Amino acid sequence: MQVNEGFKPTIVAFCCNWCSYAGADLAGNNRLNYPAEVKIIRVPCSCRVNPMFILRAFQRGADGVIICGCHPGDCHYTSGNYYTRRRMSLLFSMLDYLGIERERTRLEWVSAAEGAKFAATMNDFVEQVTKLGENKRLEDLRCKQ
Amino acid sequence: MQRIGVFVCWCGTNIAGTVDVVKVAQTLANEPGVVFSADYQYMCSQAGQDMIKEAVKKHKLTGLVICSCSPRMHEATFRKTAAAAGLNPYMVEIANIREQCSWVHKEMPIGTEKAIILGKAAVAKVNLNAPLTPGESPVTKRALVIGGGIAGIQTALDIADAGFPVDIVEKLPTIGGKMAQLDKTFPTLDCAACILTPKMVDAGQHEKIRIFSYSEVTDIGGFVGNFHVTIKKKARYVREDLCTGCGLCTEKCPQKKVPNEFNLGMDTRRAIYIPFAQAVPKIAAIDEDYCTMLKTGKCGVCAKVCTAGAIDYKQQDEYITVDYGAIVAATGYNPISMDKFDEFAYSQSKDVITSLEFERLTNAAGPTAGKLLRPSDGKHPHTIVFVQCVGSRCSGADKGKEYCSKICCMYTAKHAMLTRDKYPDTDVYVFYIDVRTPGKNFDEFYRRAVEEYGVHYIKGMVGKVTPDGDKLVVQASDLLAGKQMKIDADLVVLAAAIEPDKSARPLATLLTASMDTNDFFTEAHPKLRPVESPTAGVFLSGTCQGPKDIPETVSQAGAAASKVIGLLAKDKLMGNPCVAHSDEMMCNGCSSCEKVCPYGAITYADKEYRMPDRTTKVRRVAVVNEAVCQGCGCCTVACPSGAMDLKGFASAQIMAEVDAICK
Amino acid sequence: MAERNNMKEQILRTSGVNPLKCMRCGKCSATCPAYDEMEYHPHQFVYMVETGDIEPLLNSESFYKCLTCFACVDRCPRSVEPAKLVEAARLMVIREQGKNRLKPDDIPAQLDEDMPQQLLVSALRKYSK
Repeated sequence: MQVNEGFKPTIVAFCCNWCSYAGADLAGNNRLNYPAEVKIIRVPCSCRVNPMFILRAFQRGADGVIICGCHPGDCHYTSGNYYTRRRMSLLFSMLDYLGIERERTRLEWVSAAEGAKFAATMNDFVEQVTKLGENKRLEDLRCKQ
Repeated sequence: MQRIGVFVCWCGTNIAGTVDVVKVAQTLANEPGVVFSADYQYMCSQAGQDMIKEAVKKHKLTGLVICSCSPRMHEATFRKTAAAAGLNPYMVEIANIREQCSWVHKEMPIGTEKAIILGKAAVAKVNLNAPLTPGESPVTKRALVIGGGIAGIQTALDIADAGFPVDIVEKLPTIGGKMAQLDKTFPTLDCAACILTPKMVDAGQHEKIRIFSYSEVTDIGGFVGNFHVTIKKKARYVREDLCTGCGLCTEKCPQKKVPNEFNLGMDTRRAIYIPFAQAVPKIAAIDEDYCTMLKTGKCGVCAKVCTAGAIDYKQQDEYITVDYGAIVAATGYNPISMDKFDEFAYSQSKDVITSLEFERLTNAAGPTAGKLLRPSDGKHPHTIVFVQCVGSRCSGADKGKEYCSKICCMYTAKHAMLTRDKYPDTDVYVFYIDVRTPGKNFDEFYRRAVEEYGVHYIKGMVGKVTPDGDKLVVQASDLLAGKQMKIDADLVVLAAAIEPDKSARPLATLLTASMDTNDFFTEAHPKLRPVESPTAGVFLSGTCQGPKDIPETVSQAGAAASKVIGLLAKDKLMGNPCVAHSDEMMCNGCSSCEKVCPYGAITYADKEYRMPDRTTKVRRVAVVNEAVCQGCGCCTVACPSGAMDLKGFASAQIMAEVDAICK
Repeated sequence: MAERNNMKEQILRTSGVNPLKCMRCGKCSATCPAYDEMEYHPHQFVYMVETGDIEPLLNSESFYKCLTCFACVDRCPRSVEPAKLVEAARLMVIREQGKNRLKPDDIPAQLDEDMPQQLLVSALRKYSK
C-alpha cells in the first residue's frame, strides 16, 4: 500500500438534520476528535442528497464523500433513508465503474445518540481515503470557473 | 448581489480557544457579497444580538452568516434577531464552528482553517438565499373521529369537552364497538357495560358531538386544517328523526332467523333490529339482506306496528360532505378468522369457540343470559381448555400474525378466574407459551387466577382437538413435565389473534396515512409522536395503531384528543416555508415526484400555457401542497427534469456549499 | 466442541432448518402421534440441535420413531419444521462412515424365506456407505 504522508484529503459529509447532524453535534459535545478534513453539509434528510451533489464534489476535487442518515425505520420523514440507500448503491457502483474507488464513497446510518459512532466513522473514513491518495479521476471533467 | 454580514462568535473560550476568531472574521470579509464582518464574545447574548441589529441597519445588510454553535442550538434565536432587524428570518445561515469544529479539533491552525471553510460555505449559501414566507392556512374548527368504539368515544368526548364540535362516524347502527360486547374488564373485573354505556350516553347527548351511525367515510380531500370528507349514510330504512327506539318492530318482525352479529352468530335476531338494549343512538335498522319486504315487497309488519311512522322502505343511501380541521382514525380490531387453524376443530364443533364468543356466553345480556352453557347442547361444561396464542406470534402471513396480540394473556386469565369463581366444580386448563402480563396490577391478577382460583396453567401448546362424541379430546404438550397429555374437555376456548379492522386499509389510502405490513397505522414517531400519523392533521386512537387493552386505548384516545385540540385551537396554521416547489416550465408531468412523496403532498394539475408560437397548450404539471409538504426533499432527487427544488435547501445552494468546501 | 459444531452445521445445512426461529411453544410435541414412543421429543430435537447437544439424540432411537407425517411441520407457528431436522439427522447417521447399522456378517441371521433378497441388498447399500 502506497503511503501518502502529509496528504490531507478533502472530505464532504452530508448529514441529515434529524439524526446524523445531531450525532455530529453530540460528538462535539463529548469532545470526540475526528480529522478536520471532514466538512459537514446539513440537509433536511439524507434523501435530499442528489447524486449530482456527489458528482459535483468529486469534480471539484473532493477525495471522499460520505452520506449519513437516520437508521432504517427511524427516518424523520418515514421513508427517506430507504430511497437514499437505493440511490446511493446505484450511484456508488456507477462511480466505481468510472474509476472512483468504492472506498471513496460511503453511506452510514448515525443516530442522534451515536456521537461516538460518528467520530469513529469519520476517523475510519478519513484513514481509508488518505490511503487511496488524491482523487484525480474526474479532473478532466472539473467545472471551469 | 447580497450584502452579507458575517458575525463570528467566541463563545467565551469554547470557540476562541481553538479558532482564531479574528482571523476568521478578517478572511471571510473578503468573500464575495460580504460587506461587514465582526467578532464578539457572545453573539447570542443581548449585546451580541443588538450588535447584529445595528450592523443590519448601518450596512444595509440583506443576509447574515453567524459563525457560532450548532444551528440546532441558536438558529431560532438568530432568525428572531434578523426578523427584529427587519430582515427575512430565512436570510440567516449558521456556520457550526463550535460542535463541529472547535470542540473536535485541538490545534489552533487546523481549527481556524476549518472554521474559515465552514464560514465560506455558509456565505456561499446565503448568497443564494431568498426570503421565505411560511404559508398560512385557516383551520376548520371541527374534528372527525372515524370509529365509535371506546377509542373513538373517548377521543370525541375529550375534544367536545374542550369546546370543539366533533362528528363520530360509525359503520354499525350503534357506537360502543368491541367493548360493548365484553363482559368484565381486567384487572378490576368491573363490568364493561357499566363503565362504557354511560360514556356512550354522554357522547350521544353531548351538544358538541354528532354521531353518524350506520355510516362510512367514502372520500377525503384537502389537507391539515382543511379536510373535506364525504360521509355515506347507509339506508337503514328507518327515519332517524322519527324512531323513538321503542323496539316494538324488533319484536313483531316475522323474519326471526337472522344471525345476531352482536352475539357473534350464537343466537338470532329479527330483520329489523336494535343491536343491543343500550345502543346509542337507539334507532332501529332494517337488514336489507333478510327483510322480506325489501326483497319481495310482501310484508310491511314493522311499518304497521310503528306508532311513530318511522319506517321508510324507500330510503336511499345519503352522501353528505363536511369540512374538518383534524381527523382521528379509531377503526379498531377484529379477531382473526379461525379458518387456517382447523387443528383446533373450530369448524367441526360448536363447542370450540373464540374468546370473544366466550365473552358473549358469560355476558348477562348474551345468548345464554350469562349462564356458561355449551353452545352445542346447552349443558354446563365441566372441563374447559383455554388455548393461548392462536394465530399470534406466527412466522409469515400465511400462518397467522407475527405480532403478540397483547390482550389475550390477561383476558384468558380473566375468563379462567371468572369461570372458577362462578362454577368451582369446573376444571380449567390454560395452555400457554409465555404468560405476558406487563401492566399495573396485571401480574398480580394472573397469579391470583393460579393461586386463589386454582386454574391449571400448563406450559405448552395444544396440538390437536378432536371431537369425540360429546367430548373434545385435547392433545397437548406439557413441556415442564415433559409429557404429552390428552384432556377430555367439554369446551375449548381459543385466544384468537386480533387484526386491524378490514376498513382500515382503504381508509389509510383515503387519508394518505401510512400503514405497516400488518395494516396497523404507523405513528409519526414510535416514541415521541405515538398518536400522530406522519400525515399532518391525522391522528391515531386505539387498536388501529397496534394491539392495546382498554386502559391503554383510553389514554391514547385522550392523547390523540389533546393533539387535535392543540391543532383546532389555532386560528391559522403556519407552515414550514422550507418546502418543495416545482418549476412549472420545466416540469414534464411524469409523476416521479408524486410516487416518492411520503405525505401525498404532490398532485397534478392541467394548466394552460402560451407557447412561443402563440398557441396555447394544456400541460400536466406537478403542484406541491405547501401545507402538507414537510420538506424532506425526496422529490427533488426523483425529478428527472430538475423542476423540483426545495426552498431553503435548494440544489444551487447545496452545490455552492460543496464548491466552497472543495475549493 | 468442534465435532459438535460440525454435526450441528451438517444437520442445519442438510435440513435447511433454523432452530433459532423456535419460540418453544411445544406445539410440535403436542401434535406428534409418535410422542409416547420417543425418548426425546420433537421440541427437544430442535432445542438439542440449537445447543449442539446432538450426540444423545443420535444415540437414541427417538428419531427413528418419527413417522414423517409432517404434522409438526404443518402446525408449527414459527415454521421451524422439526420433521426436516429428523430427516437430516437420519441422513447424517446413514452417511457416517463406520457406523453401519447392517454388516455383511449380520445378514445370515436376517435371512428369511419371505424377505426379498433385493431388500437386503439395498439395506446394505444404504447403510454401509
